[in-house]
Amino acid sequence: MKVIKEKHAFLMRWTHWVNFPVLAIMIWSGLFIYWANDAYGISIFNFTLIKFFPEWFYDYFHISARLAEGMAFHFLFMWFFFINGMLYISYTVFSGSWRELLPNKNSFKEAWLVLLHDLHLRKTIPPQKKYNAAQRIAYTAIILMGMGSVITGLAIYKPVQFYWICWLCGGYHFARILHFALTIGYVLFFLIHIVQVILAGWNNFRAVVAGFEVVEEQPQSEQLIIEENHENATEKEG
Amino acid sequence: MKTQQKKKVKAPLTVEQKINRRSFISFGAFAALGGGAFAGWKWLLNAPEETAGITAGTRTPLRRALNKTELFFRNFFSNGHLVKTYPVEEAAKSPRVNSLIGIEDDEDFDITAWKLKVKLQNQKNRFITIEEIKALPRTEIVYDFKCVEGWDEIQHWAGVKLSDFLTHFKLETEASKQYMGLETPNGAYYVGLERESILHPQTLLAYEMNGKAISTEHGAPLRLIVPVKYGIKNLKRIGTMSFSNSRPRDYWAEQGYDYYSGL
Repeated sequence: MKVIKEKHAFLMRWTHWVNFPVLAIMIWSGLFIYWANDAYGISIFNFTLIKFFPEWFYDYFHISARLAEGMAFHFLFMWFFFINGMLYISYTVFSGSWRELLPNKNSFKEAWLVLLHDLHLRKTIPPQKKYNAAQRIAYTAIILMGMGSVITGLAIYKPVQFYWICWLCGGYHFARILHFALTIGYVLFFLIHIVQVILAGWNNFRAVVAGFEVVEEQPQSEQLIIEENHENATEKEG
Repeated sequence: MKTQQKKKVKAPLTVEQKINRRSFISFGAFAALGGGAFAGWKWLLNAPEETAGITAGTRTPLRRALNKTELFFRNFFSNGHLVKTYPVEEAAKSPRVNSLIGIEDDEDFDITAWKLKVKLQNQKNRFITIEEIKALPRTEIVYDFKCVEGWDEIQHWAGVKLSDFLTHFKLETEASKQYMGLETPNGAYYVGLERESILHPQTLLAYEMNGKAISTEHGAPLRLIVPVKYGIKNLKRIGTMSFSNSRPRDYWAEQGYDYYSGL
């Protein structure tokens, strides 16, 4: 028998979907700013593996020579990014749903099993609530990264007035590197996130829009239902 | 009849119906809000550019946001907040030259004839020589110079504190106005600075770099060093100084940059 099960609260869904375009705009306008001093790359023994960014990238996305425009967008949408993030964090703290989000003492061990399961190297997955162990770690990390972006952002935005934030971030120069690295982190997160969402399927995706998911339940003894729930739970991720 | 009909309407929805109903409402709202957000984005993207004035080159709503945001962050400004200073050994030996507007485009400039022109209201302009400025107490600073482009460099400058300069030449009354305007002798580069930044204890009229007279490309004979601002406000080769209660013209604010550009 199909049963509707509540999964994601309204505020979680709202902040998730607001964050998506806002973060996209922050990255886009951030690229305009980065272009003006595109000093970063990854190299080993003087051999450049990756240069952020190659010319074709700037050309393709029309990034060149738009610094002033980038700053104007960045310093407006930072407010939405910050307010939306605060909304999510306050909700998570006050509703108690942080219990389902933060990694617990088993999460780091279990996350490994989840990874093996996701790579089809393991059949079963440890029992879970809303988020599995890998999700707990990933989603907590992304919130910390968001805070990191705000803090390093303030450090490079007002390094004299917020000299203590700048100091906390390892100085102006390093804060800019951190701010950039976090952005690369978002892009990597996004890629994995999208793959996982596609693999997890419709039921999982619908829950982040409509809030509920549909589970199969056999109207049998209570004990059996609980076991069924566990089994169903193993199918959720993304 | 009527009661029967009512009962029919009230018949509990099947799970399938509930799923469909909730999905329809949620995805409908999702699409509507998404569409609204997209329309809002398009509006902002296509918003007209501001009327060119003291500031120019930015979409009107973005300029309004920039101004409001800067006003908010000015609440945190204090002349007690000092830029971090470094040991002199850490200073760049040959500091970066980024822009020569107002210098390379002025072939008639004669450094030996240079005098700082101070425009005064209802009075004759004052002309101050470099010797008079060098006679004032010398202040040094080694700090991380920050360019709006994103690079930073530790540099070593020396000169007279702008606040000392204003006191010595009895310009306090003029300087009580909200803004100071500085321009190169040929007027090709110009900046406007608000009073608080002018009076910041680390703001200098600099005539030395790395212990030697400033080179031409770094703004000889006298330039502004204002650590609470991006490099774009650190005008090289000062020609004229003026005071006003409205914002003086500013080269980069006319190119879409924030007028305040404070750090």
